[in-house]
Amino acid sequence: MKKKISPMTRKSFVTYGLLVLAFIAVEILLNTGNISSMMKGLLVPICVYSILAVSLNLTVGILGELSLGQAGFMCIGAYSSAIFSNMVKETITEPMIRFPLAILVGGIFAAIFGLLIGIPVLRLRGDYLAIVTLAFGEIIKNVFAALYIGYDSAGLHISLKSQGDLKLAADGKMVINGALGISGTPNDSTFEIAAVILLITVIIAYNFVNSRTGRAVMSIRDNRIAAESVGLNITKYKLITFGLTAFLAGIAGVLYSHNFYSLQASKFDYNMSILVLVFVVLGGIGSIRGSIIAASVLTLLPELLRSVNKYRMLMYAIVLIVMMICTSNATIRGFFVRNAQKFISLFKKNKAQPEAVKEGE
Amino acid sequence: MAMLEIKDLCVNYGVIKALKGISFEVNEGEVIALIGANGAGKTTTLHTITGLINAKSGSIVLEGKDITRTPAHKIVKMGIAHVPEGRRIFQNLTVLDNIRLGAFTRKDKDGIAEDIEKVYKLFPRLSERKTQVAGTLSGGEQQMLAMGRALMSKPRIVVMDEPSMGLSPILVSEIFEIIESIRKQGTTVLLVEQNAKKALSIADRAYVLETGKIVLSGKASDLINDESVKKAYLGE
Repeated sequence: MKKKISPMTRKSFVTYGLLVLAFIAVEILLNTGNISSMMKGLLVPICVYSILAVSLNLTVGILGELSLGQAGFMCIGAYSSAIFSNMVKETITEPMIRFPLAILVGGIFAAIFGLLIGIPVLRLRGDYLAIVTLAFGEIIKNVFAALYIGYDSAGLHISLKSQGDLKLAADGKMVINGALGISGTPNDSTFEIAAVILLITVIIAYNFVNSRTGRAVMSIRDNRIAAESVGLNITKYKLITFGLTAFLAGIAGVLYSHNFYSLQASKFDYNMSILVLVFVVLGGIGSIRGSIIAASVLTLLPELLRSVNKYRMLMYAIVLIVMMICTSNATIRGFFVRNAQKFISLFKKNKAQPEAVKEGE
Repeated sequence: MAMLEIKDLCVNYGVIKALKGISFEVNEGEVIALIGANGAGKTTTLHTITGLINAKSGSIVLEGKDITRTPAHKIVKMGIAHVPEGRRIFQNLTVLDNIRLGAFTRKDKDGIAEDIEKVYKLFPRLSERKTQVAGTLSGGEQQMLAMGRALMSKPRIVVMDEPSMGLSPILVSEIFEIIESIRKQGTTVLLVEQNAKKALSIADRAYVLETGKIVLSGKASDLINDESVKKAYLGE
Protein backbone atom coordinates (compact mmCIF):
# COMPACT_ATOMS: atom_id res chain seq x y z
CA MET A 1 0.00 0.00 0.00
CA LYS A 2 2.54 2.57 1.17
CA LYS A 3 6.08 2.59 -0.13
CA LYS A 4 7.56 4.44 2.80
CA ILE A 5 8.56 2.12 5.63
CA SER A 6 7.55 3.42 9.01
CA PRO A 7 10.18 3.43 11.77
CA MET A 8 8.16 0.85 13.70
CA THR A 9 8.14 -1.53 10.74
CA ARG A 10 11.87 -1.08 10.31
CA LYS A 11 12.42 -1.77 14.00
CA SER A 12 10.40 -4.95 13.84
CA PHE A 13 12.20 -6.22 10.74
CA VAL A 14 15.57 -5.56 12.35
CA THR A 15 14.44 -7.72 15.27
CA TYR A 16 13.24 -10.50 12.96
CA GLY A 17 16.57 -10.33 11.14
CA LEU A 18 18.57 -10.52 14.35
CA LEU A 19 16.53 -13.50 15.50
CA VAL A 20 17.11 -15.35 12.24
CA LEU A 21 20.84 -14.54 12.35
CA ALA A 22 21.11 -15.74 15.94
CA PHE A 23 19.26 -18.90 14.97
CA ILE A 24 21.59 -19.58 12.04
CA ALA A 25 24.64 -18.91 14.20
CA VAL A 26 23.45 -21.35 16.86
CA GLU A 27 22.61 -23.96 14.21
CA ILE A 28 26.10 -23.68 12.74
CA LEU A 29 27.65 -24.04 16.18
CA LEU A 30 25.41 -27.01 16.90
CA ASN A 31 26.27 -28.79 13.68
CA THR A 32 29.98 -28.20 14.04
CA GLY A 33 29.80 -29.52 17.59
CA ASN A 34 31.00 -26.31 19.25
CA ILE A 35 28.36 -26.14 21.95
CA SER A 36 28.70 -27.91 25.26
CA SER A 37 25.89 -30.21 26.27
CA MET A 38 25.01 -27.85 29.14
CA MET A 39 24.56 -25.01 26.69
CA LYS A 40 22.51 -27.24 24.42
CA GLY A 41 20.15 -27.88 27.28
CA LEU A 42 19.65 -24.13 27.66
CA LEU A 43 18.55 -23.44 24.09
CA VAL A 44 14.90 -24.33 24.58
CA PRO A 45 14.67 -22.55 27.97
CA ILE A 46 16.12 -19.41 26.35
CA CYS A 47 13.29 -19.45 23.80
CA VAL A 48 10.74 -20.22 26.53
CA TYR A 49 11.89 -17.32 28.71
CA SER A 50 12.07 -14.99 25.72
CA ILE A 51 8.47 -15.79 24.81
CA LEU A 52 7.43 -15.24 28.43
CA ALA A 53 9.29 -11.94 28.58
CA VAL A 54 7.76 -10.72 25.32
CA SER A 55 4.28 -11.68 26.51
CA LEU A 56 4.70 -10.02 29.90
CA ASN A 57 6.06 -6.95 28.14
CA LEU A 58 2.71 -6.60 26.41
CA THR A 59 1.03 -6.32 29.82
CA VAL A 60 3.68 -4.21 31.52
CA GLY A 61 4.89 -2.09 28.63
CA ILE A 62 1.86 -1.73 26.38
CA LEU A 63 -1.06 -2.05 28.80
CA GLY A 64 0.97 -0.45 31.59
CA GLU A 65 -0.23 -2.80 34.30
CA LEU A 66 1.99 -4.90 36.52
CA SER A 67 1.00 -8.56 36.40
CA LEU A 68 2.83 -11.17 38.43
CA GLY A 69 0.76 -14.16 37.38
CA GLN A 70 2.80 -15.09 34.35
CA ALA A 71 4.02 -18.35 35.87
CA GLY A 72 0.40 -19.33 36.58
CA PHE A 73 -0.59 -19.04 32.92
CA MET A 74 2.56 -20.85 31.95
CA CYS A 75 1.59 -23.60 34.41
CA ILE A 76 -1.84 -23.96 32.82
CA GLY A 77 -0.32 -24.17 29.34
CA ALA A 78 2.29 -26.67 30.51
CA TYR A 79 -0.16 -28.94 32.33
CA SER A 80 -3.01 -28.89 29.82
CA SER A 81 -0.68 -29.64 26.92
CA ALA A 82 1.23 -32.31 28.85
CA ILE A 83 -2.06 -34.03 29.71
CA PHE A 84 -3.09 -33.79 26.07
CA SER A 85 0.20 -35.22 24.80
CA ASN A 86 0.17 -38.02 27.34
CA MET A 87 -3.35 -39.02 26.39
CA VAL A 88 -2.74 -39.03 22.65
CA LYS A 89 0.87 -40.18 22.47
CA GLU A 90 -0.20 -43.71 21.55
CA THR A 91 -2.78 -42.66 18.99
CA ILE A 92 -0.82 -39.84 17.34
CA THR A 93 2.77 -41.01 17.11
CA GLU A 94 3.98 -38.34 14.71
CA PRO A 95 5.38 -35.47 16.84
CA MET A 96 5.02 -32.98 14.00
CA ILE A 97 1.24 -33.36 14.23
CA ARG A 98 0.99 -33.96 17.96
CA PHE A 99 3.10 -31.02 19.08
CA PRO A 100 1.34 -28.23 17.16
CA LEU A 101 -1.94 -29.56 18.56
CA ALA A 102 -0.46 -29.55 22.05
CA ILE A 103 0.68 -25.95 21.54
CA LEU A 104 -2.82 -24.92 20.54
CA VAL A 105 -4.35 -26.76 23.50
CA GLY A 106 -1.94 -25.16 25.96
CA GLY A 107 -2.31 -21.68 24.50
CA ILE A 108 -6.09 -21.78 24.35
CA PHE A 109 -6.49 -23.15 27.88
CA ALA A 110 -4.18 -20.47 29.24
CA ALA A 111 -6.06 -17.78 27.29
CA ILE A 112 -9.41 -18.97 28.67
CA PHE A 113 -8.05 -18.81 32.20
CA GLY A 114 -6.48 -15.45 31.44
CA LEU A 115 -9.87 -14.07 30.43
CA LEU A 116 -11.64 -15.66 33.41
CA ILE A 117 -9.11 -14.26 35.84
CA GLY A 118 -8.94 -10.98 33.96
CA ILE A 119 -12.62 -10.14 34.39
CA PRO A 120 -12.44 -9.63 38.16
CA VAL A 121 -8.77 -8.71 38.34
CA LEU A 122 -8.57 -5.96 35.73
CA ARG A 123 -10.87 -3.77 37.79
CA LEU A 124 -7.87 -3.24 40.00
CA ARG A 125 -4.88 -1.12 39.15
CA GLY A 126 -1.23 -0.77 40.06
CA ASP A 127 0.01 -2.52 43.18
CA TYR A 128 -3.36 -4.15 43.83
CA LEU A 129 -3.40 -5.78 40.42
CA ALA A 130 0.15 -7.02 40.94
CA ILE A 131 -0.71 -8.60 44.28
CA VAL A 132 -3.92 -10.22 43.07
CA THR A 133 -2.28 -11.68 39.95
CA LEU A 134 0.52 -13.00 42.16
CA ALA A 135 -2.09 -14.69 44.33
CA PHE A 136 -3.85 -16.18 41.30
CA GLY A 137 -0.56 -17.57 40.06
CA GLU A 138 0.02 -19.22 43.42
CA ILE A 139 -3.52 -20.62 43.48
CA ILE A 140 -3.07 -22.20 40.06
CA LYS A 141 0.26 -23.70 41.08
CA ASN A 142 -1.09 -25.12 44.34
CA VAL A 143 -4.24 -26.53 42.76
CA PHE A 144 -2.15 -28.41 40.22
CA ALA A 145 0.20 -29.60 42.97
CA ALA A 146 -2.76 -31.12 44.83
CA LEU A 147 -4.47 -32.61 41.82
CA TYR A 148 -4.61 -36.34 41.07
CA ILE A 149 -5.98 -37.34 37.71
CA GLY A 150 -6.01 -40.82 36.22
CA TYR A 151 -7.95 -42.66 33.59
CA ASP A 152 -8.98 -46.24 32.98
CA SER A 153 -11.57 -48.08 30.95
CA ALA A 154 -14.31 -46.47 33.06
CA GLY A 155 -13.19 -42.99 32.13
CA LEU A 156 -11.50 -40.09 33.92
CA HIS A 157 -10.94 -40.06 37.69
CA ILE A 158 -10.18 -36.83 39.51
CA SER A 159 -9.26 -36.43 43.15
CA LEU A 160 -7.76 -33.77 45.37
CA LYS A 161 -6.80 -36.25 48.11
CA SER A 162 -4.40 -38.96 47.05
CA GLN A 163 -3.55 -41.42 44.36
CA GLY A 164 -5.41 -44.21 46.15
CA ASP A 165 -8.54 -42.11 46.28
CA LEU A 166 -8.81 -42.33 42.49
CA LYS A 167 -9.68 -46.07 42.71
CA LEU A 168 -8.30 -46.77 39.28
CA ALA A 169 -9.01 -50.14 37.64
CA ALA A 170 -6.12 -52.47 36.86
CA ASP A 171 -5.66 -50.99 33.38
CA GLY A 172 -5.66 -47.44 34.80
CA LYS A 173 -2.98 -44.87 34.17
CA MET A 174 -1.97 -41.84 36.18
CA VAL A 175 -1.99 -38.53 34.34
CA ILE A 176 -1.25 -36.09 37.15
CA ASN A 177 0.26 -37.49 40.30
CA GLY A 178 -0.17 -34.64 42.77
CA ALA A 179 3.05 -32.90 43.77
CA LEU A 180 5.00 -35.39 41.68
CA GLY A 181 3.34 -33.86 38.65
CA ILE A 182 3.23 -35.35 35.20
CA SER A 183 5.79 -37.76 33.88
CA GLY A 184 6.20 -39.43 30.55
CA THR A 185 5.54 -36.35 28.47
CA PRO A 186 7.02 -36.89 25.01
CA ASN A 187 10.08 -34.70 24.44
CA ASP A 188 8.64 -32.89 21.47
CA SER A 189 10.22 -29.48 22.09
CA THR A 190 13.25 -28.99 19.94
CA PHE A 191 15.32 -25.86 19.59
CA GLU A 192 14.14 -25.44 16.01
CA ILE A 193 10.44 -25.52 16.92
CA ALA A 194 11.02 -23.26 19.93
CA ALA A 195 12.90 -20.75 17.76
CA VAL A 196 10.12 -20.71 15.16
CA ILE A 197 7.53 -20.15 17.88
CA LEU A 198 9.62 -17.36 19.37
CA LEU A 199 9.75 -15.70 15.96
CA ILE A 200 5.97 -16.06 15.56
CA THR A 201 5.48 -14.60 19.06
CA VAL A 202 7.60 -11.61 18.18
CA ILE A 203 5.70 -11.09 14.93
CA ILE A 204 2.41 -11.26 16.85
CA ALA A 205 3.71 -8.82 19.45
CA TYR A 206 4.93 -6.24 16.91
CA ASN A 207 1.75 -6.45 14.89
CA PHE A 208 -0.34 -6.11 18.01
CA VAL A 209 1.52 -2.98 19.08
CA ASN A 210 1.10 -1.42 15.64
CA SER A 211 -2.54 -2.31 15.25
CA ARG A 212 -5.65 -0.29 15.97
CA THR A 213 -6.15 -2.43 19.06
CA GLY A 214 -2.56 -1.82 20.14
CA ARG A 215 -2.98 1.94 19.84
CA ALA A 216 -6.17 1.70 21.85
CA VAL A 217 -4.39 -0.26 24.58
CA MET A 218 -1.51 2.22 24.69
CA SER A 219 -3.95 5.11 24.93
CA ILE A 220 -5.50 3.44 27.98
CA ARG A 221 -2.03 3.19 29.46
CA ASP A 222 -1.31 6.86 28.78
CA ASN A 223 -4.57 8.21 30.07
CA ARG A 224 -7.54 6.20 31.16
CA ILE A 225 -10.03 9.06 31.34
CA ALA A 226 -9.06 10.43 27.95
CA ALA A 227 -9.30 6.93 26.49
CA GLU A 228 -12.80 6.56 27.87
CA SER A 229 -13.73 9.99 26.60
CA VAL A 230 -12.82 9.13 23.01
CA GLY A 231 -15.11 6.13 23.19
CA LEU A 232 -12.89 3.20 24.05
CA ASN A 233 -14.35 0.27 25.91
CA ILE A 234 -11.52 0.01 28.43
CA THR A 235 -12.48 -3.35 29.92
CA LYS A 236 -12.62 -4.94 26.47
CA TYR A 237 -9.17 -3.82 25.41
CA LYS A 238 -7.62 -4.69 28.75
CA LEU A 239 -9.12 -8.16 28.49
CA ILE A 240 -7.87 -8.63 24.93
CA THR A 241 -4.33 -7.82 26.04
CA PHE A 242 -4.57 -9.98 29.12
CA GLY A 243 -5.93 -12.89 27.07
CA LEU A 244 -3.18 -12.54 24.47
CA THR A 245 -0.53 -12.40 27.18
CA ALA A 246 -1.92 -15.53 28.81
CA PHE A 247 -2.08 -17.27 25.43
CA LEU A 248 1.60 -16.60 24.73
CA ALA A 249 2.61 -17.52 28.28
CA GLY A 250 0.64 -20.76 27.87
CA ILE A 251 2.56 -21.56 24.70
CA ALA A 252 5.82 -20.94 26.55
CA GLY A 253 4.53 -23.42 29.11
CA VAL A 254 3.91 -26.00 26.39
CA LEU A 255 7.49 -25.70 25.14
CA TYR A 256 8.70 -25.93 28.71
CA SER A 257 6.73 -29.03 29.65
CA HIS A 258 7.64 -30.89 26.46
CA ASN A 259 11.30 -30.21 27.08
CA PHE A 260 11.39 -32.37 30.21
CA TYR A 261 10.33 -35.91 30.85
CA SER A 262 8.62 -34.98 34.10
CA LEU A 263 6.95 -31.78 35.25
CA GLN A 264 6.12 -30.49 38.72
CA ALA A 265 3.85 -27.60 39.53
CA SER A 266 6.33 -26.31 42.09
CA LYS A 267 8.49 -25.04 39.21
CA PHE A 268 5.86 -22.39 38.45
CA ASP A 269 6.14 -20.46 41.69
CA TYR A 270 6.37 -16.72 42.05
CA ASN A 271 10.13 -16.82 41.58
CA MET A 272 9.43 -17.65 37.97
CA SER A 273 7.03 -14.70 37.62
CA ILE A 274 9.54 -12.36 39.24
CA LEU A 275 12.30 -13.70 37.01
CA VAL A 276 10.23 -12.91 33.93
CA LEU A 277 9.54 -9.44 35.29
CA VAL A 278 13.28 -8.97 35.76
CA PHE A 279 13.80 -9.82 32.06
CA VAL A 280 11.18 -7.24 31.08
CA VAL A 281 12.51 -4.47 33.29
CA LEU A 282 16.13 -5.14 32.36
CA GLY A 283 15.38 -5.32 28.65
CA GLY A 284 13.43 -2.08 28.86
CA ILE A 285 9.73 -1.78 29.51
CA GLY A 286 7.97 -1.70 26.16
CA SER A 287 10.99 -2.95 24.22
CA ILE A 288 10.33 -6.35 22.66
CA ARG A 289 13.87 -6.76 21.38
CA GLY A 290 15.25 -5.85 24.80
CA SER A 291 13.10 -8.49 26.48
CA ILE A 292 14.55 -11.21 24.29
CA ILE A 293 18.13 -10.05 24.80
CA ALA A 294 17.67 -9.79 28.58
CA ALA A 295 16.03 -13.21 28.78
CA SER A 296 18.80 -14.81 26.73
CA VAL A 297 21.65 -13.18 28.61
CA LEU A 298 20.24 -13.87 32.05
CA THR A 299 19.46 -17.49 31.19
CA LEU A 300 22.98 -18.02 29.87
CA LEU A 301 24.70 -16.10 32.64
CA PRO A 302 24.69 -18.78 35.38
CA GLU A 303 26.18 -21.17 32.83
CA LEU A 304 28.85 -18.69 31.72
CA LEU A 305 29.75 -18.07 35.36
CA ARG A 306 30.43 -21.73 35.94
CA SER A 307 34.16 -21.00 36.10
CA VAL A 308 33.72 -19.08 39.36
CA ASN A 309 31.73 -22.01 40.67
CA LYS A 310 31.15 -21.21 44.35
CA TYR A 311 30.45 -17.55 43.82
CA ARG A 312 28.20 -18.15 40.85
CA MET A 313 24.95 -16.82 42.32
CA LEU A 314 26.76 -13.94 44.01
CA MET A 315 28.25 -12.93 40.66
CA TYR A 316 24.86 -13.33 39.05
CA ALA A 317 23.35 -10.94 41.57
CA ILE A 318 26.16 -8.42 41.16
CA VAL A 319 25.96 -8.51 37.38
CA LEU A 320 22.19 -8.07 37.61
CA ILE A 321 22.49 -5.05 39.91
CA VAL A 322 25.18 -3.43 37.76
CA MET A 323 23.14 -4.02 34.60
CA MET A 324 20.02 -2.56 36.22
CA ILE A 325 21.90 0.56 37.32
CA CYS A 326 23.51 0.97 33.93
CA THR A 327 20.27 0.65 31.99
CA SER A 328 18.12 2.77 34.28
CA ASN A 329 20.52 5.69 34.76
CA ALA A 330 20.43 8.03 31.78
CA THR A 331 23.94 9.39 32.38
CA ILE A 332 25.57 5.99 32.59
CA ARG A 333 23.59 4.70 29.65
CA GLY A 334 24.61 7.75 27.63
CA PHE A 335 28.26 7.07 28.49
CA PHE A 336 27.99 3.53 27.15
CA VAL A 337 26.09 4.56 24.04
CA ARG A 338 28.64 7.30 23.22
CA ASN A 339 31.57 4.96 23.65
CA ALA A 340 29.89 2.24 21.67
CA GLN A 341 29.39 4.70 18.84
CA LYS A 342 33.01 5.81 19.03
CA PHE A 343 34.10 2.21 18.97
CA ILE A 344 31.94 1.44 15.96
CA SER A 345 33.21 4.49 14.06
CA LEU A 346 36.83 3.52 14.82
CA PHE A 347 36.09 0.07 13.58
CA LYS A 348 34.64 1.41 10.35
CA LYS A 349 37.64 3.65 9.68
CA ASN A 350 40.24 0.98 10.30
CA LYS A 351 38.62 -1.69 8.22
CA ALA A 352 36.66 -0.79 5.15
CA GLN A 353 34.93 -4.13 5.29
CA PRO A 354 34.36 -5.17 8.87
CA GLU A 355 33.79 -8.79 9.61
CA ALA A 356 30.31 -9.72 10.63
CA VAL A 357 29.92 -8.90 14.28
CA LYS A 358 28.77 -11.94 16.16
CA GLU A 359 25.57 -11.53 18.10
CA GLY A 360 25.34 -12.36 21.78
CA GLU A 361 24.22 -15.95 21.36
CA MET B 1 -37.28 20.27 22.80
CA ALA B 2 -33.84 20.75 24.20
CA MET B 3 -31.00 18.73 22.71
CA LEU B 4 -29.58 17.77 26.09
CA GLU B 5 -31.72 17.86 29.18
CA ILE B 6 -30.42 17.35 32.69
CA LYS B 7 -33.01 16.89 35.42
CA ASP B 8 -32.52 16.77 39.21
CA LEU B 9 -29.09 15.26 38.85
CA CYS B 10 -27.56 14.05 42.14
CA VAL B 11 -24.06 12.61 42.40
CA ASN B 12 -22.29 11.40 45.53
CA TYR B 13 -18.64 10.66 46.14
CA GLY B 14 -18.98 8.28 49.06
CA VAL B 15 -20.74 10.35 51.70
CA ILE B 16 -19.93 13.67 50.07
CA LYS B 17 -22.76 15.11 48.00
CA ALA B 18 -21.11 16.61 44.93
CA LEU B 19 -24.30 17.47 43.04
CA LYS B 20 -27.48 18.15 44.93
CA GLY B 21 -30.11 18.04 42.22
CA ILE B 22 -29.18 20.26 39.31
CA SER B 23 -31.29 20.79 36.21
CA PHE B 24 -30.41 22.56 33.00
CA GLU B 25 -30.76 22.23 29.29
CA VAL B 26 -28.67 22.73 26.19
CA ASN B 27 -30.29 23.64 22.89
CA GLU B 28 -28.88 22.86 19.49
CA GLY B 29 -26.29 25.34 18.26
CA GLU B 30 -25.85 27.05 21.62
CA VAL B 31 -22.73 27.68 23.64
CA ILE B 32 -23.57 27.07 27.28
CA ALA B 33 -21.19 28.00 30.07
CA LEU B 34 -21.12 26.44 33.51
CA ILE B 35 -19.24 28.72 35.86
CA GLY B 36 -18.44 28.53 39.52
CA ALA B 37 -15.66 28.27 42.05
CA ASN B 38 -13.49 25.25 42.79
CA GLY B 39 -15.50 22.35 44.14
CA ALA B 40 -18.80 23.68 42.89
CA GLY B 41 -19.43 20.51 40.89
CA LYS B 42 -18.71 21.66 37.34
CA THR B 43 -16.37 18.85 36.39
CA THR B 44 -18.58 16.33 38.16
CA THR B 45 -21.50 17.49 36.04
CA LEU B 46 -19.53 16.95 32.83
CA HIS B 47 -18.21 13.57 33.92
CA THR B 48 -21.71 12.42 34.75
CA ILE B 49 -23.00 13.52 31.37
CA THR B 50 -20.26 11.67 29.50
CA GLY B 51 -20.68 8.54 31.63
CA LEU B 52 -17.39 8.61 33.51
CA ILE B 53 -19.30 8.84 36.80
CA ASN B 54 -22.63 7.28 37.64
CA ALA B 55 -25.45 9.47 38.88
CA LYS B 56 -27.19 8.64 42.12
CA SER B 57 -30.51 9.97 40.90
CA GLY B 58 -31.93 12.23 38.24
CA SER B 59 -31.79 11.90 34.49
CA ILE B 60 -29.75 12.94 31.48
CA VAL B 61 -31.67 12.90 28.21
CA LEU B 62 -29.99 13.32 24.85
CA GLU B 63 -32.45 14.00 22.02
CA GLY B 64 -35.21 12.10 23.77
CA LYS B 65 -33.01 9.14 24.75
CA ASP B 66 -32.16 8.55 28.39
CA ILE B 67 -28.37 8.21 28.67
CA THR B 68 -28.07 8.38 32.47
CA ARG B 69 -26.79 4.81 32.75
CA THR B 70 -25.07 4.51 29.38
CA PRO B 71 -21.34 3.68 29.63
CA ALA B 72 -18.84 6.28 28.44
CA HIS B 73 -17.74 4.50 25.28
CA LYS B 74 -21.30 4.31 23.99
CA ILE B 75 -22.04 7.95 24.72
CA VAL B 76 -19.26 9.01 22.36
CA LYS B 77 -21.01 7.10 19.59
CA MET B 78 -24.24 8.92 20.39
CA GLY B 79 -22.65 12.27 19.63
CA ILE B 80 -21.16 13.73 22.78
CA ALA B 81 -17.41 14.36 22.79
CA HIS B 82 -15.50 15.21 25.91
CA VAL B 83 -12.40 17.40 26.14
CA PRO B 84 -11.18 16.40 29.59
CA GLU B 85 -9.69 18.80 32.08
CA GLY B 86 -5.96 19.26 32.33
CA ARG B 87 -5.13 18.30 28.73
CA ARG B 88 -5.44 14.58 29.08
CA ILE B 89 -3.75 13.57 25.89
CA PHE B 90 -1.96 10.32 25.17
CA GLN B 91 1.53 11.42 26.16
CA ASN B 92 3.54 8.65 24.52
CA LEU B 93 1.72 8.50 21.20
CA THR B 94 2.31 10.82 18.25
CA VAL B 95 0.08 13.79 17.56
CA LEU B 96 -1.39 12.01 14.55
CA ASP B 97 -2.11 8.85 16.57
CA ASN B 98 -3.84 11.00 19.19
CA ILE B 99 -6.03 12.56 16.54
CA ARG B 100 -6.74 9.18 14.96
CA LEU B 101 -7.79 7.76 18.30
CA GLY B 102 -10.40 10.49 18.50
CA ALA B 103 -12.09 8.77 15.57
CA PHE B 104 -11.97 5.42 17.30
CA THR B 105 -15.73 4.92 17.18
CA ARG B 106 -15.87 5.63 13.44
CA LYS B 107 -15.31 3.18 10.62
CA ASP B 108 -15.41 5.43 7.53
CA LYS B 109 -11.76 5.72 6.45
CA ASP B 110 -12.29 8.47 3.86
CA GLY B 111 -14.35 10.55 6.24
CA ILE B 112 -11.69 10.22 8.91
CA ALA B 113 -8.93 11.33 6.53
CA GLU B 114 -11.07 14.32 5.56
CA ASP B 115 -11.70 15.26 9.17
CA ILE B 116 -8.03 14.99 10.05
CA GLU B 117 -7.42 17.67 7.41
CA LYS B 118 -10.19 19.75 8.95
CA VAL B 119 -8.58 19.50 12.37
CA TYR B 120 -5.24 20.56 10.85
CA LYS B 121 -6.95 23.56 9.28
CA LEU B 122 -8.44 24.54 12.62
CA PHE B 123 -5.14 23.96 14.44
CA PRO B 124 -2.31 24.55 11.94
CA ARG B 125 0.26 24.01 14.65
CA LEU B 126 -0.83 20.41 15.07
CA SER B 127 -0.14 19.65 11.42
CA GLU B 128 3.41 21.00 11.83
CA ARG B 129 3.92 18.60 14.71
CA LYS B 130 1.99 15.55 13.57
CA THR B 131 4.85 13.07 13.90
CA GLN B 132 5.99 14.47 17.25
CA VAL B 133 5.29 12.58 20.47
CA ALA B 134 2.36 14.38 22.10
CA GLY B 135 4.01 14.65 25.52
CA THR B 136 6.60 17.02 24.04
CA LEU B 137 4.01 19.60 22.97
CA SER B 138 3.59 22.85 24.86
CA GLY B 139 0.60 23.32 27.15
CA GLY B 140 -1.39 25.27 24.60
CA GLU B 141 -0.65 22.78 21.85
CA GLN B 142 -1.73 19.92 24.12
CA GLN B 143 -5.02 21.69 24.76
CA MET B 144 -5.49 22.12 21.01
CA LEU B 145 -4.71 18.46 20.50
CA ALA B 146 -7.30 17.44 23.10
CA MET B 147 -9.86 19.63 21.34
CA GLY B 148 -8.94 18.36 17.89
CA ARG B 149 -9.15 14.78 19.12
CA ALA B 150 -12.63 15.35 20.51
CA LEU B 151 -13.81 16.80 17.18
CA MET B 152 -12.70 13.64 15.37
CA SER B 153 -15.66 11.66 16.69
CA LYS B 154 -17.94 14.05 14.72
CA PRO B 155 -19.83 15.12 17.83
CA ARG B 156 -22.99 17.13 17.88
CA ILE B 157 -22.17 18.33 21.37
CA VAL B 158 -18.64 19.05 22.56
CA VAL B 159 -18.22 19.13 26.30
CA MET B 160 -15.13 21.11 27.35
CA ASP B 161 -13.63 21.10 30.80
CA GLU B 162 -11.51 24.16 31.65
CA PRO B 163 -9.92 24.63 28.24
CA SER B 164 -8.09 27.78 29.39
CA MET B 165 -6.54 26.27 32.50
CA GLY B 166 -2.87 27.10 32.92
CA LEU B 167 -2.49 28.89 29.60
CA SER B 168 -1.03 32.32 28.88
CA PRO B 169 -3.52 35.15 28.15
CA ILE B 170 -2.71 35.12 24.42
CA LEU B 171 -3.31 31.39 24.20
CA VAL B 172 -6.53 31.73 26.19
CA SER B 173 -7.84 34.17 23.60
CA GLU B 174 -6.75 31.84 20.84
CA ILE B 175 -8.55 28.88 22.44
CA PHE B 176 -11.73 30.90 22.82
CA GLU B 177 -11.56 31.98 19.18
CA ILE B 178 -11.37 28.33 18.25
CA ILE B 179 -14.40 27.51 20.41
CA GLU B 180 -16.20 30.27 18.54
CA SER B 181 -15.32 28.70 15.19
CA ILE B 182 -16.33 25.24 16.38
CA ARG B 183 -19.75 26.68 17.17
CA LYS B 184 -19.92 28.33 13.77
CA GLN B 185 -19.50 24.91 12.18
CA GLY B 186 -22.74 23.92 13.85
CA THR B 187 -21.47 22.04 16.88
CA THR B 188 -23.12 22.69 20.21
CA VAL B 189 -20.70 23.50 23.03
CA LEU B 190 -21.06 22.92 26.76
CA LEU B 191 -18.24 24.77 28.45
CA VAL B 192 -16.99 24.58 32.00
CA GLU B 193 -14.74 27.49 32.93
CA GLN B 194 -13.16 29.23 35.85
CA ASN B 195 -12.33 32.15 33.61
CA ALA B 196 -15.89 33.44 33.96
CA LYS B 197 -15.33 36.64 32.03
CA LYS B 198 -14.08 34.88 28.91
CA ALA B 199 -16.69 32.18 29.17
CA LEU B 200 -19.56 34.64 29.51
CA SER B 201 -18.27 36.68 26.61
CA ILE B 202 -18.72 33.84 24.11
CA ALA B 203 -21.62 31.90 25.68
CA ASP B 204 -25.29 32.31 24.82
CA ARG B 205 -26.53 31.27 28.20
CA ALA B 206 -24.83 30.39 31.44
CA TYR B 207 -25.47 28.61 34.72
CA VAL B 208 -23.71 29.50 37.94
CA LEU B 209 -22.94 26.57 40.22
CA GLU B 210 -22.24 26.79 43.91
CA THR B 211 -21.56 23.75 46.12
CA GLY B 212 -23.55 21.36 43.96
CA LYS B 213 -26.48 23.58 43.15
CA ILE B 214 -27.37 26.00 40.38
CA VAL B 215 -27.76 29.37 42.06
CA LEU B 216 -28.18 31.58 39.04
CA SER B 217 -28.92 31.18 35.36
CA GLY B 218 -29.76 33.31 32.37
CA LYS B 219 -28.42 34.97 29.27
CA ALA B 220 -24.66 35.32 29.38
CA SER B 221 -24.93 38.97 28.43
CA ASP B 222 -27.17 39.60 31.45
CA LEU B 223 -25.04 37.60 33.85
CA ILE B 224 -21.90 39.43 32.89
CA ASN B 225 -23.53 42.60 34.24
CA ASP B 226 -25.10 40.96 37.28
CA GLU B 227 -23.79 42.50 40.48
CA SER B 228 -23.45 39.26 42.45
CA VAL B 229 -21.69 37.50 39.57
CA LYS B 230 -19.37 40.44 39.14
CA LYS B 231 -18.47 40.34 42.78
CA ALA B 232 -18.02 36.61 43.16
CA TYR B 233 -16.51 35.55 39.83
CA LEU B 234 -15.32 38.51 37.85
CA GLY B 235 -13.40 40.17 40.65
CA GLU B 236 -14.89 43.56 40.10
